[in-house]
Amino acid sequence: MEPPERYRPIVDDFEAFRAACERPLPSAIRVNTIKATVEDVRTALDEAGVAYEPVDWHDELFVLPDSSPGANWPYFHGWIHGQEEVSAVPASVLAPEPGERVWDACAAPGSKATQLAALLDDRGEVVATDTNLGRISALRTNTERLGATNIAVTHEDARNHTLKPFGGAEYDRALVDVPCSCEGTIRKNPDAFEEWSMSHVRGISGVQKDILERAVQATKAGGTVVYSTCTFAPEENEAVLDHVLAEEDCELVAFELGLDHREGVTEWQGSEFDPSVRKAKRIYPHFNDTGGFFCAKLEVGA
Amino acid sequence: MNDSTKFTRLPATEAERDEAERATREEVLAFWDERFGVPPETFADHTFWERGKGKLWCYRGEPPSPVDIEALGMTFLRTRQEHWKPTLEAVQRFGQHASECVIHLSESEAETFVAGDDQELDWDGDWGYLVVTHDLAGRREPVGVGLYVYGELRSQVPKGRRRELDG
Repeated sequence: MEPPERYRPIVDDFEAFRAACERPLPSAIRVNTIKATVEDVRTALDEAGVAYEPVDWHDELFVLPDSSPGANWPYFHGWIHGQEEVSAVPASVLAPEPGERVWDACAAPGSKATQLAALLDDRGEVVATDTNLGRISALRTNTERLGATNIAVTHEDARNHTLKPFGGAEYDRALVDVPCSCEGTIRKNPDAFEEWSMSHVRGISGVQKDILERAVQATKAGGTVVYSTCTFAPEENEAVLDHVLAEEDCELVAFELGLDHREGVTEWQGSEFDPSVRKAKRIYPHFNDTGGFFCAKLEVGA
Repeated sequence: MNDSTKFTRLPATEAERDEAERATREEVLAFWDERFGVPPETFADHTFWERGKGKLWCYRGEPPSPVDIEALGMTFLRTRQEHWKPTLEAVQRFGQHASECVIHLSESEAETFVAGDDQELDWDGDWGYLVVTHDLAGRREPVGVGLYVYGELRSQVPKGRRRELDG
């Protein structure tokens, strides 16, 4: 059974969910606080005649009802970055502090890496890793335009990430926003369901487990790891968490999020997961008029 | 030897230089100070790195040198040529500290610059690379780097960054 139908048992108000998946998604932007304040951006958008609407859960996000973000002054100056609302969730949940060292395991094209750089106040260090050189090129373009000077980019498979170039030090925090079946991006990419297959879900779930394990290993005791996907499949979400809880010294922790969501599911098609996966959050398109998303916060064993 | 695949940290001063043509940190700070009036303390928290011949990067961190990765902070300055040239990114990020060799453009002149077009403009100062500014949100904001010669401001906006702005 294919999406979205296979999620009927776990989604509230399933018909509204299916209808939301068919509606296009409005453009959204994030204010790049490395270069400008929220007030600067409001003024510059007013001067450019670009309409914008605030987002209630996050002061630095705006929805652009009438336009895309690329062809105006604040974009050229790197004051703003086109980034969907739910895409801003994981870095907000990771909440790094200025001066910390953070690993972004699957960083391209860089919306979250540059958001982490801004949360660090362009201090500390963001090691941004990606396995695909073409996508690294996009990541580089974004870090430069946004003026981040604390991002180091490495080209490698996150599963085999090495701490060697940086002297072997472990990270304070890690962001694991893994490659996934992208069901949650259906409103932006109407082909997402057509390209979907169960074998892809199963295959990528193995990759996700390995990347999350590496992130837990590379993070200091007492440090934080955030795991996220833009998909609804429990195989890629709760099942991955269940695996890492069994294999590595870490636990799921509760967190606040100002977007309407549901807790992680503990049962799926005959499988049962560790009960603590309830602490993860499922964000569905019909709840907040956004894309779909999954996010969990872990603490590495002290 | 200069290894073009790795980032090598710039030596602090002439005395520490082991590669004849590599710029020193001292020279880089002097360039920004003497050409643009950007105070050296602006870069107090940053380290400078070279990868390839004369391509300098600016990073707010101190990994061991050399480091073999894809990118370290932002591209910053082109050296090993007669006139050193700052990148658009460096000027956008640090150009608000400049007090010399700054040319301020009107809205339509700034749009012409960003589209990548050259234009005839009056300029009383030194010829060469200038910090180009315009008014945005009530302040003078650096747009990028221009080359002023023979009565003309030549846009140095890289092809991939050029834009026809909506206004």
